[in-house]
Amino acid sequence: MMQHHLILRVVVKILAPAIILFGLYVQFHGDYSPGGGFQAGVIIAAAFIIYGIVFGLKQAQQVLPGWVVHKLIALGVLIYAGTGIYSMMAGYTFLDYDGLSPAYPTGGQHNGILLVEFGVGVTVTGAMVTIYYAFAGRPPRISDEEW
Amino acid sequence: MSWEFIVGHLPYWLFITLMMTGLYIVVAKGNYVKKIVGLNIFQTSVFMLYISIGKITGGTAPIFPLDLEVDPETVYSNPLPHVLILTAIVVGIATTALGLALIVRIREEYGSIEEDVILDIEYRLTQHENAVHGDAMGGRA
Amino acid sequence: MVATAVAIARMRSLFATVMLAGVFSLLSALLFVNLDAVDVAFTEAAVGAGISTVLMLGTLALTSRVERPSSRSPVIPLFVVIATGAMLIYGTLDMPNFGSPDAPAQLHVAPDYFYGTEKDIKLPNVVTAILASYRGFDTLGETAVVFTAGIGVLLLISGLRTRRRRDEDEEEDET
Repeated sequence: MMQHHLILRVVVKILAPAIILFGLYVQFHGDYSPGGGFQAGVIIAAAFIIYGIVFGLKQAQQVLPGWVVHKLIALGVLIYAGTGIYSMMAGYTFLDYDGLSPAYPTGGQHNGILLVEFGVGVTVTGAMVTIYYAFAGRPPRISDEEW
Repeated sequence: MSWEFIVGHLPYWLFITLMMTGLYIVVAKGNYVKKIVGLNIFQTSVFMLYISIGKITGGTAPIFPLDLEVDPETVYSNPLPHVLILTAIVVGIATTALGLALIVRIREEYGSIEEDVILDIEYRLTQHENAVHGDAMGGRA
Repeated sequence: MVATAVAIARMRSLFATVMLAGVFSLLSALLFVNLDAVDVAFTEAAVGAGISTVLMLGTLALTSRVERPSSRSPVIPLFVVIATGAMLIYGTLDMPNFGSPDAPAQLHVAPDYFYGTEKDIKLPNVVTAILASYRGFDTLGETAVVFTAGIGVLLLISGLRTRRRRDEDEEEDET
């Protein structure tokens, strides 16, 4: 495994948590400013991908093992659909967030949107990281000198 | 055709030019990675066309002030295209990744990602099969 | 942006092509900001300039770097493209002017969404409200698509060991 430049490694080490933090901000602040599950998922995935690029796939998979990511993909869709099912259980139509707190529909809407966006974010993170792991896990065909 | 009409439609025409550049890459180039890039350009220009439909001159981004006291004078652009395209972008990258994965598999099977080479290999494979099993299939394989 | 696209079409080095595609994405993100679509610009910048460039470079590392010159003549594709473009431009002639506030697209459902978001949902970001609440079914579908694509990539190239061994056997049979 090729060792990348020292500055690159240090900067990435500092930057990766900041990127994840920003991703979480985008995720949960999506109601008030631009952002939401899709963007947050991609940003959080980008943090893991940049870590994987600089430190190698093995290190990245120690932080976030492959099997966890596979579960994440399915978990996000389940959270999303589960929110819908819950509102059905509460006697409302599928994905009608008023059912989350019937006494105060606006609050229900807020919670529902937050939950659903969280589901989207989890799925997108999982899918992107999985795709990166799949691509990076293959033995490369052309050597580093050829670039 | 008035001047106003031309200026009002110029953005659409620019997006269509971009779209056609993407289409040209997809149709004319033999390299599969290049085709995917062309598809991405096509896709992005479709997004632009869509978003430009929702734009209102003098409008602003569809985000209310935090206290939700909306000034009736403010013009907001149409948020509906934004929603549709937002999801389309992420779905687009997912399908792109699927295409790239297919390319990697093709490369492993055929040793090439050029359409010409692969067609040639396929042609020779068929000829070979025909020569070996041709009789059993009535001379047509 | 047109210049970038044309350069991509003419470039033979796939590495430069992918990099230019990233530049193209970033430029289009700027354009989206100009068109008031900040959410979309955000996504495009993160996805187009970030993830897709990484994925394409990953593919290049697994395949090859240089495109071979195509043997086919560019005349027929060029004709097809120009014909399609002409038809599309003919189609735009009936469209309302760019940015006009009384276009049909602005009058139908958008005002309802604005009103509803302000009165019922009470969230500042209209895009999020529509995305998750009014069009929750759409978004569920899109999430399912991302899910499916992730599973698809996993099946295609994550290297299930039994399958790879079988493929190798087949390759040996052919040679």
